[in-house]
Amino acid sequence: MAEERRQKQCSVVLPTESMKAMAESVGVGQLQEDSCVALSEEVSYRIKEIAQDALKFMHHGKRRKLTTSDIDNALKLKNVEPLYGFQSQEFIPFRFASGGGRELHFYEEKEVDLSDIINTPLPRVPLDVSLKASKEQQKTESTEPLKVVKPGQEEKGTIQGKGQSTTTPDGKGKEKGLIRLKPRSTHELSVEQQLYYKEITEACVGSCEAKRAEALQSIATDPGLYQMLPRFSTFISEGVRVNVVQNNLALLIYLMRMVKALMDNPTLYLEKYLHELIPAVVTCIVSKQLCLRPDVDNHWALRDFAARLMAQSCKTFSTTTNNIQSRVTKTLTKSLFDDKTQWTTRYGCIAGLAELGADVIKTLILPRLTVEGARIKAVMEGPVVSNIDKIGAEHVQTLLLKHCASVIAKIRPQPDNVEQYRAEYGYLGPMLCSHVVKARTQATLQAQQVNRTTLTITQPRPTLSVSQSGLTGSGGPRTPSIIKVPSSLTLMSPRPGTPSQPSPPATKYIVMGTSAGAASTQQVITLSSSQSASPVTSTVPSATSTLQPLVKLESGGTPGLTASRPLQKYIVVSLPSSASSSLEPKSSVLPTSISSASLDGGIKLERSESPGVSTQSPH
Amino acid sequence: MNFKKAGLDSCPLTLGSTDQSEGSILRSRWFPFFNFAHAQFIFKMAAVQGGMVDAKDELDIKSEPPSDGFGNSNANDGRLLSSSPGAGTGGTATGNNKPAPGPPEEQQTLLAVLQFLKKSKLAESAEILRREAGLPEDALDPKGTDASGSGPGLAAGSGQVDGVDASSLLSRVTVSSSAAAQAPKKDSSLAACFYSLSASPAAAGEDQPDVSVVLSAYSQQGDPSLYDAYYSGLKRFIESVLDCHRAELSQLFYPLFVHMYLELVYNNNESVAKAFFEKFSGDQECYYEQDLRILSSLTKKEHMKGNETLLDFRTSKFVLRISRDSYQLLKRHLQERQNNQIWNIIQEHLYIDIFDGMPRSKSQIDAMSGSLAGEARREANKAKVFYGLLKEPEIELPLDDEDEEAENEEGKPKKKKPKKDSMGSKSKKQDPNAPLQTRIPLPELKDSDKLDKIMYMKESTKRIRLGSDNLPSICFYTFLNAYQGLTAVDVTDDSSLIAGGFADSTVRVWSVTPKKLRKVKSAADLNLIDKESDDVLERIMDEKTASELKILYGHSGPVYGISFSPDRNYLLSSSEDGTIRLWSLQTFTCLVGYKGHNYPVWDTQFSPYGYYFVSGGHDRVARLWATDHYQPLRIFAGHLADITCTRFHPNSNYVATGSSDRTIRLWDVLNGNCVRIFTGHKGPIHALAFSPNGKFLASGATDGRVLLWDIGHGLMVGELKGHTDTIYSLRFSRDGEILASGSMDNTVRLWDAMKAFDDLETDDFTAATGHIHLQDNSQELLLGTYMTKSTPVLHLHFTRRNLLLAAGAYNP
Repeated sequence: MAEERRQKQCSVVLPTESMKAMAESVGVGQLQEDSCVALSEEVSYRIKEIAQDALKFMHHGKRRKLTTSDIDNALKLKNVEPLYGFQSQEFIPFRFASGGGRELHFYEEKEVDLSDIINTPLPRVPLDVSLKASKEQQKTESTEPLKVVKPGQEEKGTIQGKGQSTTTPDGKGKEKGLIRLKPRSTHELSVEQQLYYKEITEACVGSCEAKRAEALQSIATDPGLYQMLPRFSTFISEGVRVNVVQNNLALLIYLMRMVKALMDNPTLYLEKYLHELIPAVVTCIVSKQLCLRPDVDNHWALRDFAARLMAQSCKTFSTTTNNIQSRVTKTLTKSLFDDKTQWTTRYGCIAGLAELGADVIKTLILPRLTVEGARIKAVMEGPVVSNIDKIGAEHVQTLLLKHCASVIAKIRPQPDNVEQYRAEYGYLGPMLCSHVVKARTQATLQAQQVNRTTLTITQPRPTLSVSQSGLTGSGGPRTPSIIKVPSSLTLMSPRPGTPSQPSPPATKYIVMGTSAGAASTQQVITLSSSQSASPVTSTVPSATSTLQPLVKLESGGTPGLTASRPLQKYIVVSLPSSASSSLEPKSSVLPTSISSASLDGGIKLERSESPGVSTQSPH
Repeated sequence: MNFKKAGLDSCPLTLGSTDQSEGSILRSRWFPFFNFAHAQFIFKMAAVQGGMVDAKDELDIKSEPPSDGFGNSNANDGRLLSSSPGAGTGGTATGNNKPAPGPPEEQQTLLAVLQFLKKSKLAESAEILRREAGLPEDALDPKGTDASGSGPGLAAGSGQVDGVDASSLLSRVTVSSSAAAQAPKKDSSLAACFYSLSASPAAAGEDQPDVSVVLSAYSQQGDPSLYDAYYSGLKRFIESVLDCHRAELSQLFYPLFVHMYLELVYNNNESVAKAFFEKFSGDQECYYEQDLRILSSLTKKEHMKGNETLLDFRTSKFVLRISRDSYQLLKRHLQERQNNQIWNIIQEHLYIDIFDGMPRSKSQIDAMSGSLAGEARREANKAKVFYGLLKEPEIELPLDDEDEEAENEEGKPKKKKPKKDSMGSKSKKQDPNAPLQTRIPLPELKDSDKLDKIMYMKESTKRIRLGSDNLPSICFYTFLNAYQGLTAVDVTDDSSLIAGGFADSTVRVWSVTPKKLRKVKSAADLNLIDKESDDVLERIMDEKTASELKILYGHSGPVYGISFSPDRNYLLSSSEDGTIRLWSLQTFTCLVGYKGHNYPVWDTQFSPYGYYFVSGGHDRVARLWATDHYQPLRIFAGHLADITCTRFHPNSNYVATGSSDRTIRLWDVLNGNCVRIFTGHKGPIHALAFSPNGKFLASGATDGRVLLWDIGHGLMVGELKGHTDTIYSLRFSRDGEILASGSMDNTVRLWDAMKAFDDLETDDFTAATGHIHLQDNSQELLLGTYMTKSTPVLHLHFTRRNLLLAAGAYNP
């Protein structure tokens, strides 16, 4: 084949007709055939020569395309006046025409009306050359340990994992194929940061509760902590490792509160550190022993708290690529299904699973009720048991009742028959039955109170929240915004995601158990850094009973919210990040400020990604 | 600029040709006239050898053992062959070994010579010559008047010098009678011819000889229709020899093919030439395709004038390296077959470098071949090269506390220790391979340079040790919206500035640190400044001009090469407009335009010590400049095609140039000599990089291969295959463990340089013969391939801490 091509190369010459055509164009009428042949050979040779030289310019111009300027430069090399007027980056400006037995390529020159040119507005100036991804990269190089290249960056940097290929929940590896993890390097903090870090960590694990509260508040709200994030996460994971061994319950609780505070900080994105945090949290959920005297100390509360943290991080960070939730679920179920598992661990497993939501309870815990019931019965009614086991069984029982009752209340039809329950759930059946009944009555009670509650909440000015979300841009902040139309409750939020900039987090979480049982742990955690933006606070501290109706509302009572909402556990009055999916369609209600902001972002995006739009040079 | 007043600028300018000197030219020119017999010999020899015999050939002849019946590429062989009956030449060849010239023919020649001498007012020489030849005094005059008759004939004859013998020349007098009318032109051509005879022994690589003279070597030799038969005869022979010889002898195909084709074209046998080309061009090695394409377009005698490729082929002998056994085999064959057509070409246009020992294998040959003029001669790479590094000046590290803040408490003792060690070891023993510190004068260190050195050492203590299991992070600087065509990029050593050269003639400088670029204030404003103040350096800067980007306007063509000075005060740019410009990065104005290259300047680079810089371009010479001289200090001539890239050796004593003739040359800055010629690339070379220890050189070409060279031994030591397009940039990591290559194929690849150089067995034999066995271990050495979306990688740079920076323009 190469041979064929070469033969062609050897023989390619311009046709003599071209010579004639060209001669005519310069006014030579009768050109003899011989002259044409001689000319065409000569011209072909010269053209090839020039093309050779033009190739050089192309190579040095670091291009793959030969351009007209290359030809010009090659002509200049030969001391020939370049052909002016053929500058074109994109295409060869020749048109093809045939007719009269002749085929011609010609250069189309339109007649242009000068006034048209003068009167048309000037085209936009093309964008100037810019250098991309320099400083950011350097910043990441010096601060974030596990940093590759930002997703938008086209060149992937290399991360190289050396011995620390832990559960880095980083989905990029799968998408891009060849990616290496970078060795962990230490990044130095400024003196002030070091000081701050020292103070904070000391306060967090120290004895003074006031200081601790202050420190946690700082962690949860300070915007500039990302540089210290790796250190905090290491601190926590190390701390848990050490204190679990030493059964130091208090410290474990403090550390978990730190995790909670870190999660609450809207300027931090923990995804890159979950490989350290999740093991620590899970440890606090399922560890066999968390305190020195398991019979006395209330390590159950720690397990509950950690389980809630777990659930929260699953909801926030679980994606299809890192599968946090399913991995956690698998781990917990495995030890739950193990007969030899101790009561403490069992409790943790159930708590961890239960916090993940009604669906998980339904599919994983309800089928186990009979087995667990039998196990509890063996302990409670059996002969020789240690006190510890007994306490453990009691707690498991309470836990199961608490979580299962509300779920069963929803899935089972109304008449609650004790015998039926016993048949279905074994030992726990009767107790469940009473709990379910209680749950049902409470639910109805709450439903009545809902309207009153919502009415009080409608106070926030819609305009304020809109402008807030407009400010935060298209990055999808977690910043809350509440718009409530009195008749139908509407939660507004821009897309969830990481906050793009530190904004005053006027976040209010109302976290509470779904169970109707009075004994269940109900917590109201209210975070608010800026009092001005929190007119809602006044309604929150109201008695726990007022909170119950909200649960009802959340789980499907309101027509505005679909029943399949994943979020059942929390009522996040201000803004649940996951709530947005069902709410988004409603954003059309919003004034234009939001949409214009997002539109603006879109334009920017387009500019940077497809610069071709503005290539047209103003000829 | 502080600069020791000595050395280079006072040295005489030397042309960088290796084996000739002006003296030998002169000598050989006058030599014939003192001893006629000798003159005759030389005359003949020159004729037989196409005016290309040089002193080395003669040496070769002498070194040949006497037992060798045929001798080397010696004039005698040529005579024997050409006098054999049945040869295709016009044939009544006179045996040159006859001491007396054949009566009529020789006389004619002599007369022509005499006539020329007379014309040139060299009466005395003419007289001597006449007496030597025993010609009557009046012999000249009648002939002189007869000029219209024999003059043209002679002229034509001598115009075709290698026509071997005068009789055939004369026989063609009538043929060329059409030329007779132009007597004056004859004379000039005669003169040219004469000059070529005498001067050509020295002419080879140096000055561009007159085209017609060069081409004249292609005059008619034999029946054009037989060329086909000759070539296929040789082909059959080579295909039938033992395998071990076949590979070596196959090297002959390409040069023979080219020369035979050119002969056919020169003698206006267009159709035969075409047929010849079509029949045999397919046999040639694929890496000659580029040249064959040029050759194929060349079908007329007129085209040959002014064709550079052709000129290259003619002016430089194609060098082949063949073992003695293979060579004997070939010679015997050609003698048996009386194939003197081919033999003549071998004698005239080829330089056969014969070595004793095993014939080389095909892969060995392929590794080294590919250049425009064959392999490098062995002698070319024998010169001693001082590849060691210069001693670093000792700089007292000030024990300042200010850098402490960034360090941890334990950071300090750790940091100081290795520094002391490295400093100590360096200063104690001088590397035996290093050049003398004063071999070429280098600029003295300024305070700011010392400061920078200190910074460098501080940074290097924080350097990451790279290795096959510890690859560098890569940060890619993408030039967006670069419709102006990004053609060159450079990054300062401390990675604080990036400059880009563009096809729209601009040079743009970016600061990539938060520190913005500021101009110095105007002279009037500077007067107002308190010069005694401590922060005077800060005060002279004009805060109003601070920006991230500065654009330098001045060139009138695409900017193809760009280089920062090591002290970051200057920037060099070379352009299509033939100039190199020096820009100040204080005022952001052009300081000097260096004019010397008349054609595009493809590349330029500052010496690692500043002050000097090198440039190379389309005019095939590389020039060494000093910033304060408007004329070059050295001109390195020898490449047969454009110089595409230039690099300074880390010790600043040598300059490497890569060229479109597919060779790399290493030049000695001190005397301008070419000390290394590396062949093996199959395409124009676009990237060069010295290893940090100065021992090795890496080169990348359009063929997508990276070759590694041992400078000390002058050997190829590695081949890295992987890229699929032109390699535009190569860089070793700061400690030399990793070689990074960036290419047009939008990838950055990392190679294990340590391993590549460690595996080396450079025993004496390999070093002596230059026969290398390359293992094909590219895949093992390849540590990583990193794709960009659509950005050719034009530049690579390792920061002082071994972070790899890459740059290129996004190409939508």
